[in-house]
Formats: sequence, structure tokens, C-alpha cells
Amino acid sequence: MRAAERPTDPAGTGWSARLHVVTGKGGTGKTSVAAALALALAAGGRRTLLVEVEGRQGIAQLFGIDPLPYEERHLADAPDGGEVRALAVDAEEALLEYLDMFYKLGAAGRALRKLGAIDFATTIAPGLRDVLLTGKVKEATTRTSGQRRAYDAVVLDAPPTGRIGRFLNVTAETARLAKVGPIKTQSEGVAALLRSPMTAVHVVTLLEEMPVQETVDAIADLTALGFGVGKVIVNATRPPLPAGRAVTAAELKRGLVAAGLPADREIVAGLHDEARDQLIRRELEDSLRADLVELGLPMVELPLLPDGVDRAGLATLAQALVRAG
Amino acid sequence: MPSEDAAPQLDVDQILADPGVRIIVCCGAGGVGKTTTAAALALRAAEQHGRRTVVLTIDPARRLAQSLGLTELDNTPRQVKGIDVEASGGELHAMMLDMKRTFDDVVLQHTDPAKAAEIFANPFYQAMSSTFAGTQEYMAMEKLGQLHARGEWDLIVVDTPPSRSALDFLDAPARLSRFLDGRMLRLLLAPARSGGRSMFSLVTASFGMFSKVVQKVLGAQLLTDLSGFVAALDSMFGGFRQRAEQTYRILQARETAFVLVAAPEPDAVREAAYFAGRLREEKMPLAGLVLNRVHRPAAPELDAEQSRAAAERLTELGGHEATADVLRAHAALARQAVREQQVAARFTEAFPAVPAVSVTAQPADVHDVDGLRTIGAAISRP
Repeated sequence: MRAAERPTDPAGTGWSARLHVVTGKGGTGKTSVAAALALALAAGGRRTLLVEVEGRQGIAQLFGIDPLPYEERHLADAPDGGEVRALAVDAEEALLEYLDMFYKLGAAGRALRKLGAIDFATTIAPGLRDVLLTGKVKEATTRTSGQRRAYDAVVLDAPPTGRIGRFLNVTAETARLAKVGPIKTQSEGVAALLRSPMTAVHVVTLLEEMPVQETVDAIADLTALGFGVGKVIVNATRPPLPAGRAVTAAELKRGLVAAGLPADREIVAGLHDEARDQLIRRELEDSLRADLVELGLPMVELPLLPDGVDRAGLATLAQALVRAG
Repeated sequence: MPSEDAAPQLDVDQILADPGVRIIVCCGAGGVGKTTTAAALALRAAEQHGRRTVVLTIDPARRLAQSLGLTELDNTPRQVKGIDVEASGGELHAMMLDMKRTFDDVVLQHTDPAKAAEIFANPFYQAMSSTFAGTQEYMAMEKLGQLHARGEWDLIVVDTPPSRSALDFLDAPARLSRFLDGRMLRLLLAPARSGGRSMFSLVTASFGMFSKVVQKVLGAQLLTDLSGFVAALDSMFGGFRQRAEQTYRILQARETAFVLVAAPEPDAVREAAYFAGRLREEKMPLAGLVLNRVHRPAAPELDAEQSRAAAERLTELGGHEATADVLRAHAALARQAVREQQVAARFTEAFPAVPAVSVTAQPADVHDVDGLRTIGAAISRP
């Protein structure tokens, strides 16, 4: 392995890959986690790139900014002079860029785009779109300027668990259609990077049944396809309950009185119901956590943010990610 | 609650009982409980309203599928046993969409067996019928059209695919049928035919070049497969578009009710709002919004700050750890409830006339018929 390709972790963050692919079931908060990871890895004067590929403009919405163009631009400052840049990869733009590189299409390319031909081309070959998207990610990950790499780390807000295997398995998809030519070569190059130790796929989940099931399935799938799974990131966890046991109504009433709160029958009954639901929920969460531990992968727990994910919340998540790394 | 005062209450039972409503489409972002909501509505229609109901699920969680008796993906509705329909006389059938099989059936229906075999063997068809972005949406529509045409059911409840965007369900069929109609395909495969006029010269020249580039980039084999596919499908082109348009019209009819499903999270609510706007543009009948997983404190008299402070006092005091735990959990719950109301209000402020109903979060996940019944009751009687 050449020195320039060796995964490095100078900041000692525990996140040694250079390309971090973040997936998870819809609704688990993978975009927030990807953004927080990009912030965390940029701390200490480093530069990271946060990439999205599904045209959802999730990054722009998360940061409350205008939709991102197909262009790398400044997104946020990280502690101690670091910088996070962002890119929304668009398959059509990537194809035009790619064709320009090889065939100098120029104005003809723009005309084709107007006709919808580019959309058409990315549509007729199902794997082509994914090769173009991952190809752009590869280019950004391996780009150098002078002696230095353009980015210390690239974080990809990837498609959800249901589609991640197919998305990353670019060679298999294109091999079915393109047997020769630059697309085949391109997809082989992308596949080599994605399967190397430079890439880690992280799976974001909640302590809920379906996301945990999809996490377990996706990890089996990714492993079988030869991708390196990095960490299981458990999002929106709640602090443990110090007492952690069932409480009686009488006990609750005494407690409320001692705290100087109203302790009429409705309040006691309401709180008692909440406590019961809470315990059911916690027991389920414990058993789901045990299922995740069984996977034998490094696990990171992120706190539930009571006020939602704003900039302060992202900083909290970033800190938790580095601490846990 | 302010967010609920603003919107009229969605009366699900009225929709389920209305014999004029023959199709319910559940749509929304991924991970909001769409499949569970669809199954719960279908069960309630059968048990409470005596309707002969079929629920078309796309990708149900394994245990939910099992609870509906869906052990294999066989693309045919199966009657769900062990539900309580004695009094109502209703029936519940359930099926899981098999996208490839549905596509194969469409091909078989439109062409003779020899030609169908040729199409099935084409690598381009194989790739498209299983991985084309949008095939799942298109096939869900196709299946809905088929079930509707069979006329065997009083009510069809459809769950929509977990798309990139909920809007894909509306757009993908049109996109696919446009593609299969093959104007672009013909241009690509026979660029010379469309040329001649000066007005089109740039287009034609671009296309000739494009065709060459595609050959170079993807290899000539792809174009050969593609032209084989186009030739074989030639007789079916009109059919594809016609079917997609037919289903689209059914979705605009009075017999259809769209139910938006969301959770009180910014992304899910934003998606629901986009969808509501789109349905309005398309003149499609939006029945209302089901807001799942809403947290509601059972002791609303105590606010978050009050409870948190009391928990601190008890910890200092000692001897009341369990009560302090309960108060801390209550404070978190109350705070979450306030935030959820703010998020939900973004929808109700944008669409004040759309009826909405909130469903309280269940302590455990739902994966049996009893659980579905509870959800159905919660949607109907909040």
C-alpha cells in the first residue's frame, strides 16, 4: 500500500477509514449522524467533505441553507480551524462531467441534457447511475492537491439499508449490462476503493424493532458482499434510569408530596401509567441492544436530543462520536 | 393541543364505512409506520365495517407479514384467518407485492408465449424488471389496477413503496411508461430516421454522437440487447402507457382516498406536506393525515420544568429514587410532546383544512393482529 493510500487517524478519533459510508433505515437520522461525523472528523484543522447522492437535499434542510448545487462548497466551520464542505452529487451532472473528460462533448452535451437524453441514459442502465455517483465520491476521496489530500475524510450520506448493498455493489450491476468499455473500468476502480480498508460502512439504528432488524440484515448483506462494516451507531438513546425498577402508586404519591408537587389521584395514576410504559419500552430496548451487541461490531450510542437536531445538537452528536470512537 | 385544534379531526371510521370508497392509498416517508397503518385500517374495515377488504403490502416487516399469514411472496391475495369477523361478515385478504412476477404477468398478458420467452431471456429486461428505479412503484400501481379490475373486493388498501421520495409513487409509473413508449429509444437506436430538417440538426447530430458515446461507454452489447428488447416489446408500448394512465385516473376518482402517514419528525412532516401539495395539484382526493408515534404525557398537569426541578429536589432529599426516575422520564416526555406539536404544526399551518388524527406511540412494536386492532382503534378514537 502506498503511503498516500494508508488509512490514517492522526487526530486519534478512532474513525480510521478515509471514506465513511453512513446508512440506516429511513427515519433513524442517518443524515444527522453523517453531518455530525463530518464535523467531528474536521476538528483540529482538518478538512472533510459531506456528500449526499439521493437528490433529497437533506444536508441543506438540516443546516437550514439553500439547496446545494453540484459543487463542493463550504458548509460549516469545525472546532480549531477545521472545515466541513458539502456536495450534492447529481447523476446527470456526473455523467456530463465524465463524458466531457473522455469525449469533449461541450455544447452537444448540454443539448442532450435539454432533451432529457442524459436522464434517459442514466435510466436505461440501472447500475450506471450508481457507478456515476460512487465514482464521484471516489474521485473526491482520492483527490490530491500538491502533496496533500484534498480531504482528510469523506462522509457519504448513503441510501438507506434497503438499498445500500445494491448501491455499493456497482460492479455486479454494471457487469450485467456493460461488458467492456470505460464504465466497466470505472466501476472496477470504484469497487476496489469501496472494498479496501480505506472505506468503512456505518449503520445507524434506533432501539426499535424494525430498524434493528434491518441493521442486522444489512450487515449480513454487506459482509457477504465483501464490504467492511465499521460501527453500529445507535441514535436517540435515553440516559439509563438510576433506580430502574417498577414503582408503586403509594410510593409515587409519597415522592410527589415530598417534592412539594400536587399528588391527586389523576396525577399519580397518570405518572404510574407513564412509568409502566417506560419500563416496557426500556426492557424492549435492552433486548434490542443485546441483539446489536451480538453482532460483535464496535457500537456507538448517541443521545436523544430533546430539542431536535439543530446546530448545537449536531455539535453534541459530533462530540459523542469522537468520544466513543 | 394547539396543533390539533387547528385541524379538523380525521374520521377514519367514516371513510372505512363509506361504500363509495373503494381504494385507500397510504403514503408518506419511510419509517413512519405506513405498512402498519395500512394493515390496521384494512383489519378494521373487515372487522368493524363488514367490508370485503384486501391489503396490498410492499415490503412488510417479517413478523407483521407472518401475523397476516404471508409466509411466502406469491403475489396472490390470501385470506387472513383468525380475525374477528363473525359479527360484521367482512373478510380480510392480504398480499405482498412481487415486483418481478407482476412485470412478467404484464408481458404475458400483452404478447404471445414465444415472444414473452424472448423478452424474459433478454438481459436488459432482467435488469430492468428487478432493479429499475421506479419499477416497484410502477408494479404497485399495476397490481392496484389489476385488483381493482377484478372487482372482487369492496375495499383495496395499498401501502406504497419505500421510495427516495413519497412522490415517486406518483411519478415513477409515468416515467417508466414514457420510457417504454420508446420515443427516446427509437431516436437512440435509429438516429438517422428523425433527421433532415435544419431545425433538428443539432438534436440529430447530438443524438448520432450520443449513440456513439453510449456505444463506447456501455459497449455495443448493451445497444444490441436494448434493440432486441425494443423490438420484442414493440406491440406492448401503447398498452403500458394506457394502463398507467388508467390507474392514474382511478387515483383521481371519488372512490379513492389518500391517507398521508407521518411521524412528528421534521423530515416526515415535510414529506407529507409536499405530498399534500402534489395531491392538490393532481386533483387527487386527500382524506387526511395520520400522525403516528405521537408522545402524550398521561399526567399533562405537570410540565417539564416543574418535574425536572422536583426530581432534583428528591435526589437531594434521598429515599425517593424511583419517583425521581419517573419525574425525569415525565419531564423528557413532556418536552418531547411540546416539540412534536411544534413540528406537526408545520403541516397543519400549511394545510389547515386537511383533517388530521394523532396516534399515541405504543410502548412496544406491533407485529400481531391484536396489535393491529389496537392501532386501528387508536386511529379511529384518539
